[in-house]
Amino acid sequence: MTTSIYEPEMARLTKVEQIGPLEKLFAIELPDGRNLGHDPGQFVELSILGIGEAPISITSSPSRSNGSFELCVRQVGDVTNALHQMEAGDKVGIRGPFGHGFPVEKMRGKDVLFAPGGLGLAPLRSLINQVLDERSLFSRVIILCGAKRPEELLFRDELEEWVERDDVECHITVDRGNDEWDGHVGVITTLFPKVNINPRNTVAVTCGPPIMYRFVIMEMLGKGIPETQIYLSLERRMKCGVGKCGHCQINNLYCCQDGPVFNYADIKGIEEAL
Amino acid sequence: MSLMILDKEALASMVNALTAGYASQGGAVIGPRAKGSQFVFEPISDPAHLRLDYDTSILPPKKALQPVEERLATYTMQGEPSIEAVIEAKPTVLLGVHTCDLHAIRLLDKVFSKDHPDAHYLKRREQTVIISLECLEPCDEHSFCKSMGTLTADEGYDLHLTDLGTAYAVDVATEAGEKLLSKYATAEEASEEDIGRLNQVLSAKWPKFTYRLDFDPAELPGLLSAAYDHPLWEELGERCFACGSCTNVCPTCYCFNVVDEVNMMRTEGERVRHWDSCQLDEFARVAGGENFREARSERQRHRFMRKGKYIYETFGELGCVGCGRCVRTCVASISIIDGFNTIHESV
Repeated sequence: MTTSIYEPEMARLTKVEQIGPLEKLFAIELPDGRNLGHDPGQFVELSILGIGEAPISITSSPSRSNGSFELCVRQVGDVTNALHQMEAGDKVGIRGPFGHGFPVEKMRGKDVLFAPGGLGLAPLRSLINQVLDERSLFSRVIILCGAKRPEELLFRDELEEWVERDDVECHITVDRGNDEWDGHVGVITTLFPKVNINPRNTVAVTCGPPIMYRFVIMEMLGKGIPETQIYLSLERRMKCGVGKCGHCQINNLYCCQDGPVFNYADIKGIEEAL
Repeated sequence: MSLMILDKEALASMVNALTAGYASQGGAVIGPRAKGSQFVFEPISDPAHLRLDYDTSILPPKKALQPVEERLATYTMQGEPSIEAVIEAKPTVLLGVHTCDLHAIRLLDKVFSKDHPDAHYLKRREQTVIISLECLEPCDEHSFCKSMGTLTADEGYDLHLTDLGTAYAVDVATEAGEKLLSKYATAEEASEEDIGRLNQVLSAKWPKFTYRLDFDPAELPGLLSAAYDHPLWEELGERCFACGSCTNVCPTCYCFNVVDEVNMMRTEGERVRHWDSCQLDEFARVAGGENFREARSERQRHRFMRKGKYIYETFGELGCVGCGRCVRTCVASISIIDGFNTIHESV
């Protein structure tokens, strides 16, 4: 036992792209072009030497690995501010992947309903693209995507592609529109009446700002989707990623190990969860 | 393995030999010594400083295994940035550990071995020989080891000392303990008579300690499950200063934070882990601003739940060993004993 679970591996940024007012997309390559080997919904600990470490969900799907993975990062704290100053070619530390991701195998053969809000699209995108790359293994694919303002909609190209595709039902909304926006206006829950679903055969997945979960879950339950078929990805201060440091505790659970993806039936009784 | 007898003088010379022997290997003997009117676990360079008659220590001996602050890695930011883990372990004898703290260390061993083993702790643990000490007198009115079942211990140590007056009975529990004893001391095998004396001392101590919990601690997880919305938390939240003293002195608290420290030129630095506290405001706050345990009442509840329920659910033993340090140190006089009793009374 001489290797440390806290020692990151130095990895190279291969692409940096501004994709939102405060969000950039980073493509990262591990040494030797090795695949990260993650499940959709897992996260990594990203570190910048001299600044620190932060947990970031992986936004690229395992099906599109090709020797690199992507993180979509909002500039909001010390580590992410420093990351936003970096360019392709720069080195960052990576530990992980950590935690439990989405149970893709339980979704196969089912209708899948995605409800990402704002930056919550980042972790869900890893699953959405995995599902789309194995499209024939799933039944309907429904995406109900919300953002505060049109300019805050992330992955615009992909959203447009999903809207265009015949085998994806994608609806987009913004809380407040602007002069150029001719789409739907309203919070994410206002998209639910637009779709008819077969609740018994649907698995629903959501991720977004803390305030959003209760309302989205109410819509999902209102559609008749069983609690056991609803999955959420939660945000917490997952400092160590390995169930030790304690910051991400949700009552007796460690978000970094027991989550960050949880089944709603499992955590609806856990007071600190939602 | 065996029961040996060590004269008090022989113990003194053993400590002498140990400090010299361990210093020569770059290690240390860590034991209780006086600091003002209190006691602390510190390296013992002069055996005369060792105070095996200490009541309790300000910080638990845990700090020898999970230091207040330790380097996890060093890195360079010049040119090609690189980082390398540092495991700061050295041969250590942890001497004079009371049984409450021994139970706590056994729990920490589980914590740091589970799922993702923590080499920093485990390497240090591997190089540590624990010589524990049976308490024969209660330390003060705040300890409740008898209630928590930690008044004695039958495992978790390499050697265990019990004061028999002129000599110590030494329970040799491991090979490491046996090796250390034969290398550094001249101990004799315990006679029938010694064993009789030991039994006498052990049974005489029992009535001196008081049960302070009004109920069997095995009930704690269940009681706390029913007490999630108990008014006690609001009451404690109003009194609590959120200073984090209770968790800092707790022998089973192991939460930590990790920070990067850099040199003046920003060319090199260290990644340092230090103790953290769930009682501090920023503990559960994320960069976006959301604080997932904002109210002090929620944070106090979390501490009680950790000690009496959550840790039990994960590791099969309670997270409180009854050492009484949190009660002793709390500026607001918050008592975990009173808290548990209040819950028992009203749930």
